[in-house]
Amino acid sequence: LDLMRQLQELDHSSQVRSRCVRFKNGYRMSPINKNANQITATIISNKRIGVYHQLLLEIGEAVRFAKPGNFIAISVGGDYSKMILRRAFAISRIADRGEYRAVELIVAPHGSGSSWLCAQPAGIELNVVVPLGTAFKVPTEPVSALLIGGGYGSAPLFGLAEVLRERGCRVNMLLGASTAAKIYAPLEGKRSVNSLKIYTEDGTGGEIGRVTEPIPDLIRDQQIKVIYSCGPMPMLAAISRIAIEHDVAHQCAVEESMACGVGICMTCVLPVKDLHGEVKMLRSCIDGPVMDGEFVMWESVGKSL
Amino acid sequence: MSNFDFSTKLADAWFPTPLFTASGCASSGKELSQFFDLRSIGAVVTKSIMIKPRSGRPTPRMAETPSGMLNSIGLQGPGIDAFLGDDIPWLLNQGARIIVSIAGETVDEFSTLARRLRGVSGISAVEVNISCPNVENRGQVFACDPDSASAVINSVKMMIGGELPIIAKLSPDVTNIAQIATSVFNAGADAVALINTLLGMVINLETMKPHLGGKTGGLSGPAIRPIAVRAIYQVKEVLPKLPILGMGGVASGRDALELILAGASGVSVGTANFGNPSAVYEIQEDLRKLLIDRGFSSLSDAVGYAHRAGA
Repeated sequence: LDLMRQLQELDHSSQVRSRCVRFKNGYRMSPINKNANQITATIISNKRIGVYHQLLLEIGEAVRFAKPGNFIAISVGGDYSKMILRRAFAISRIADRGEYRAVELIVAPHGSGSSWLCAQPAGIELNVVVPLGTAFKVPTEPVSALLIGGGYGSAPLFGLAEVLRERGCRVNMLLGASTAAKIYAPLEGKRSVNSLKIYTEDGTGGEIGRVTEPIPDLIRDQQIKVIYSCGPMPMLAAISRIAIEHDVAHQCAVEESMACGVGICMTCVLPVKDLHGEVKMLRSCIDGPVMDGEFVMWESVGKSL
Repeated sequence: MSNFDFSTKLADAWFPTPLFTASGCASSGKELSQFFDLRSIGAVVTKSIMIKPRSGRPTPRMAETPSGMLNSIGLQGPGIDAFLGDDIPWLLNQGARIIVSIAGETVDEFSTLARRLRGVSGISAVEVNISCPNVENRGQVFACDPDSASAVINSVKMMIGGELPIIAKLSPDVTNIAQIATSVFNAGADAVALINTLLGMVINLETMKPHLGGKTGGLSGPAIRPIAVRAIYQVKEVLPKLPILGMGGVASGRDALELILAGASGVSVGTANFGNPSAVYEIQEDLRKLLIDRGFSSLSDAVGYAHRAGA
């Protein structure tokens, strides 16, 4: 697993040092919220893409610190809302050029908070905290990478794909969902990958089956050195098992329900092996959302230690 | 109005301003220090610390409810050794004032924790959490029974009485909160903290089972504020000399003012921090303005003002 040790955190700014230092056996606690800003963001655009909404938020200077894998926490519902908690969304792409200094989010209007957000038009101002959490670490060498997304979990992988391509990596992508309508694969995103295969459980799009099925063959045929994944927890757990079996690095973006997003509520914890090999309940907002899959104790998620 | 006196006292402990973090809603301060200067608020009330490291309850640990949330953390924390080794020195280094919250499963554990705090310099007061609802056994919610509550406070008093002010944190899940407050006052509590969360439950309609990993959780947020105001008012009426640290759903300066008028000498902000990491500081500055606008020359003049003759 030499290459895993070579994965490094991508720095957009020389002021930013690695937030989360990876050691042989696990994690060292990261400096907390070092680059987070509580600011007013403006919705530049809000477009419906299939069952999802694509929101572009102008965040100004804060964009310099945002990296693929980071997330944003947004106040929802307006001043007199009964919704008291922020909603956390993965940043799918970062645009720091031209007229906008913006982040893109792909939002599924599932609950009351995300539905409210999807109903907001361009020009609306939002109170946001950004950027939060860990980012995907990228290989130091131009290797072959496999990106696996479940549902709208594919969104942050397209931003990552652009970064990996710029660094000379070959980018293979697998996307899966229960049904074709839930696959998120924008045209411009497709151009940033070398190969793309889609799986749906009901066969309405691509191949019938689950994204985990073709992974072993792809690892062998494409000489995959690192896997990046984002999607439902059972999918991440299954990919972790395959990655360990094939001795491939695996960076996954986990999902646990969060109340605060900034590390104070202790609700989004996961059992993870720390630096000393000891299993601890780590916060997915501070020590995640991007974690090394091999250190997450998947079989203990949702259980008492 | 620069001569407005915003300072407050909880027994012998003095604070330049009356807004605090609520225990369990600010960890040990590090996470919020990115958003405001910890020195600018009254004090950081730390997450309840236990003797040993504790991993807490299974996930899911939270559910949002109308104007509130349930949490089921189960006192996850690093244990007193790591806390005294890492968290307290860090807070002192920041120049923050500190109220340490302690929690135990037995009277002896509270006593041991109090002994460990004796001689730690730089702590302003100890909050004794005898009311955490997220424990396996309701019998461990000492604050639900006057005798159990006073046994804990008495043991802490024997260990650190006179050295550090002791604040007993009480549960609103009782028939007569003034009776519990009276028993901890008689056992030597220098102040009371009102209120902890209320026990609640959410059932997930997809699984048709209790949503939280721990099944039940503590209800907090603006939904419980009227209960906090009522509890503070009732205790102030019976024990007018006992200082009260008020908390429960405070999300704005006007909310904090309600608790002050009901009888709180200081106000802790908890769940509001989750929605707004700058909440404690913003609420404090709102409150300052509201008090000045109403013609108060000091915070202490407003404490319990709703009890005045004819009110």
